[in-house]
Amino acid sequence: MNWTWFHKLGSPKWFYEISGRWLPWLAWAAAILVSVGVVWGLAFAPEDYQQGNSFRIIYIHVPAAFLAQSVYVMLAVAGVVGLVWKMKLADVALQQAAPIGAWMTFIALLTGAVWGKPTWGAWWVWDARLTSMLILLFLYFGVIALGQAISNRDSAAKACAVLAIVGVVNIPIIKYSVEWWNTLHQPATFKVTEKPAMPMEMWLPLLVMVLGFYCFFAAVLLMRMRLDVLRRESRASWVKSEIKSLVGKSA
Amino acid sequence: MSSVFTLLLKRETRLLFRRPAELANPLVFFAIVIALFPLAVGPESQLLQTISPGLVWVAALLAVLLSLDGLFRSDFEDGSLEQWVVSPHPLALLVLAKVLAHWAFSGLALVLLAPLLGLMLGLPLGAMPVLLLSLLLGTPILSLLGAVGAALTVGLKRGGLLLALLILPLYIPVLILGSGALQAALQGLPAIGHLLWLASLTALAVTLTPFAIAAGLKISVGE
Amino acid sequence: MSTPFLEAVALACERDWRLLFDKLDLRLESGEMLQISGPNGSGKTSLLRLLSGLMQPTAGQVLLKGQPLEAQRSELARNLVWIGHAAGIKGLLTAEENLTWLCALHQPASREAIWQALAAVGLRGFEDVPCHTLSAGQQRRVGLARLYLSAPPLWILDEPFTALDKHGVAQLERHLANHCEQGGLVVLTTHHSLLEKPAGYRELDLGQRAA
Repeated sequence: MNWTWFHKLGSPKWFYEISGRWLPWLAWAAAILVSVGVVWGLAFAPEDYQQGNSFRIIYIHVPAAFLAQSVYVMLAVAGVVGLVWKMKLADVALQQAAPIGAWMTFIALLTGAVWGKPTWGAWWVWDARLTSMLILLFLYFGVIALGQAISNRDSAAKACAVLAIVGVVNIPIIKYSVEWWNTLHQPATFKVTEKPAMPMEMWLPLLVMVLGFYCFFAAVLLMRMRLDVLRRESRASWVKSEIKSLVGKSA
Repeated sequence: MSSVFTLLLKRETRLLFRRPAELANPLVFFAIVIALFPLAVGPESQLLQTISPGLVWVAALLAVLLSLDGLFRSDFEDGSLEQWVVSPHPLALLVLAKVLAHWAFSGLALVLLAPLLGLMLGLPLGAMPVLLLSLLLGTPILSLLGAVGAALTVGLKRGGLLLALLILPLYIPVLILGSGALQAALQGLPAIGHLLWLASLTALAVTLTPFAIAAGLKISVGE
Repeated sequence: MSTPFLEAVALACERDWRLLFDKLDLRLESGEMLQISGPNGSGKTSLLRLLSGLMQPTAGQVLLKGQPLEAQRSELARNLVWIGHAAGIKGLLTAEENLTWLCALHQPASREAIWQALAAVGLRGFEDVPCHTLSAGQQRRVGLARLYLSAPPLWILDEPFTALDKHGVAQLERHLANHCEQGGLVVLTTHHSLLEKPAGYRELDLGQRAA
């Protein structure tokens, strides 16, 4: 297998150039997918026979929850790459992705609460999924807080990597223990998120939204990473000329 | 290699016993937290008995966490950690000895104190073996996981609160399993399932966390 | 040219967005002594920590006998005595207990050897005293006693003369020079100028380099 692309990824300049080319595509894809998904899901998808229109919040809730979980896994993967191959870009990715993941978790929790009100009659219910989501939010807070607390940025990235890896090993354990706890304490609650079969007209817009959210995440992550790369490499000559041309354009 | 392990155990024991007050602090904290609850929720024994599993476990969790803040601090400040890192011995082995020594005196003391406090909360005698066993299996996990956080925050001026933020979410499975075991025992159900799960988590923690602790210490020392 | 014992290639070190040094090359052979000088904050301690493998360089690498440091931690551990600003001395333990542990961790030594080393640094009669009751200079001597025990060739010392009295400084200078003449290699930082310099003495001024 040819590994040159992998090592090339380590070069900030190469990353900056290639990501500049991808960024517009990703941004447009995200915009189109999300707008199509929103209109389709909110206006055209059929009503749920049990929950009426309130179920439509899954078009935000589910993609956000998906993303929240996969971003944490991504943090751990970036952590392994950063620790093992000492790739600086992985450090950048880890630290820049964490706040996005935290926001997605927050959105998932918020929409979950909004959904809970008509469904369960309460804003917050200690449901297994919501509780796991809350714990995930705390895990994100931990990674972000640790990164902020350590002033040396290489150490900060490495420390976050270790924490994210420990966290990712723990996530399945947390998830199963919370589910177990939940079944012990609240036997057979009404589970909204486990529909036995969703009709095609309902899940197709959901799929579009999930894809849209992933593109959105990728675009935002690339933007944040590009900014951080410029800041880290501020002494390099290519960064100086890049900044000059950017400032020149806007002036 | 194993001789260094036992030597470090001996050295840590000696250090702990030359400053016994530090050993007592988490225990007193544990007792105070438990005493706070009857004062806060009222002395009805029925209510206290119902919440006692969660109470004992939350208090134990906080007491372990509190004692861990200083786990590596003095070693960091006096340069001992640097010596560990440049030594030919695997750092994971050294930290395992360190955490083991710490647990043997703070965690184990907590386990032994727990039945007394359990009695004060109205736990029936029949639940005591489960209380003891669940704490015996659970506190090593708390110490080991907490040590990961302590290793990552040892270089920071105010690491205490951050340590709690990093580690408490990771403590949740232990809390669920430990208090679950006790609850089952209170209801007269078998608690063996919970205890077996705790035991397997302990095995997992003993094998995996030393590497994370060692990585964390290397990062903190290398800053 | 033969491979040097310790080599730094295009070493760069950055702390909190500040570049301490950049493109630093060093070749250190057996028998040499390198004194690193420079104003506060010029990266003296950082350079020592890079050379002893405690810290990772921002760029470049450190080679031990021609091999990257990362790849041979155990080889480094066998060859190195590192005494940092804090020497790893526990105040609650006695001088002997401290030294016994440090030896067990690095190179085991007999009880007699440890007592002799403590006597050599002028701590006869203080072997059983908890270190926190000793003066700062005496505590430093406990740490330095390791240099009178086993002798791995590479000594990396951060401000070893701090808190020592005049006699202690002279004695340590002599001991370091001796070590170099017997084929050892010493890298140290200090603010005072050494009176006793071995044949292979060199100075690296990080302050001048930056200027």
